[in-house]
Amino acid sequence: MMKAFVLASAGEPNPILPHPSEIVLGLISFLVLLFVLWKYAVPRFEKLYEERVETIEGGIERAEKAQAEAEQARQRYNSQLGEARTEAAKIRDDARLEGERIREELRAEAEAEAARIVANGDAQLQARRAQIVAELRSELGRNSIDLASRIVGESLEDEARRRGTVDRFLADLDAAGATN
Amino acid sequence: MSAGPENRKEPSLGALVLAEGGEFAPPGVEQFFFPPIVGGITKPMVLAVFALLICVTFYLVATRNLKVVPSKFQFAAESVYDLCRNKIARDQIGSADFRPFVPLILALFSFILVNNIFGILPMIYFPTLSHIGYALAMSLFVVYPVYHIAGIRKHGIGRYLKYQLFPAGVPAPVYILLTPIEFFTKFVANPLTLAIRVFAAMLAGHLLLLVFTLGGEYLLFEASAALKPVSLISWAFVIVITFLEALVLVIQAYVFAVLSASYIGAALAEEH
Repeated sequence: MMKAFVLASAGEPNPILPHPSEIVLGLISFLVLLFVLWKYAVPRFEKLYEERVETIEGGIERAEKAQAEAEQARQRYNSQLGEARTEAAKIRDDARLEGERIREELRAEAEAEAARIVANGDAQLQARRAQIVAELRSELGRNSIDLASRIVGESLEDEARRRGTVDRFLADLDAAGATN
Repeated sequence: MSAGPENRKEPSLGALVLAEGGEFAPPGVEQFFFPPIVGGITKPMVLAVFALLICVTFYLVATRNLKVVPSKFQFAAESVYDLCRNKIARDQIGSADFRPFVPLILALFSFILVNNIFGILPMIYFPTLSHIGYALAMSLFVVYPVYHIAGIRKHGIGRYLKYQLFPAGVPAPVYILLTPIEFFTKFVANPLTLAIRVFAAMLAGHLLLLVFTLGGEYLLFEASAALKPVSLISWAFVIVITFLEALVLVIQAYVFAVLSASYIGAALAEEH
């Protein structure tokens, strides 16, 4: 070791002059490394970069697609809502018309019914009145004759006379009722 | 700071011998040329192969199972790859042509970085690239042919030389001056400066560390009692310079990769 140091001092190696063996070894080592990187490491890194770009861009694309779909759904929903609104309005209109029509019908029916009932009652009333009048007339005639017989004390046997008297009385009564 | 003990003790032993006369022998470049370990195999040779194995293992393990959402380890590997791919290769070469050169830039940066880190790594403590042969192997025998071939393949040899030696937009008489300079730069100087830059930085930085380490040792053992504590200051500087070296070695690896990419970019470009 001492000798090496002394020798070095005597004839110093020139660091600028390369040793061919070192150039060859350095070159081989470097080329081996270059080959490994070129063949394995760099393609793997590049593949990763591509995957990453795809992942990120794919994500954005998916988001855009989802947004477009949402927008489409919104428009569909809006148009459906509009349709539903017009339909509802139409149904309401129809219902109102229908209601009016039904009401009109019912009223007409009710009026007809009322008229019928009134007419019916009227007729019954007339009939009853006529009946009563007839009954009263015969009753009155009988009673009058009866009373008259008692008052007069004799039987008004004479048919002709009797009939004339009563009829005259009744006609007077009618006339009095009519003027009243 | 536990640099190969026998290597560092040796000059101090030498200094010890000389110290009889009170002389400090500063470490020189001989410090970088140890006798071979076995046969013709020297320490930097072992380190170069070791660096190769580290880089290959790192990248193969890191890329074995890449996930879109990265783990911490994958993120670290990706950061290095991203630096080389986007910050160095794409910025210097241009986004149209940079892809084929990504492996080269990544290999340059990783290999030089690991070899440089050896310079401050305890137990190893030797920057491989302080031997110029390793730097020349990459600059002269890889980067130099790559950028010329890339330029010729893209433009054809005639147009490539025209673009390189007769840059557009210059008045004709200037070519008398410019063309020789361009020729010298592109065909002679570039690969040499590229290699010398990293080699010199590693050699000088490591020499600086040696000077302060051995100087401190010398002061401790040989100086008079009053001067012995100064060795502590010397060693404190070793720590400071080690941090500086840590910065320099990363920068040198980065610069080597950036310049290689920029030579390739210039060769592919139609004008400067």
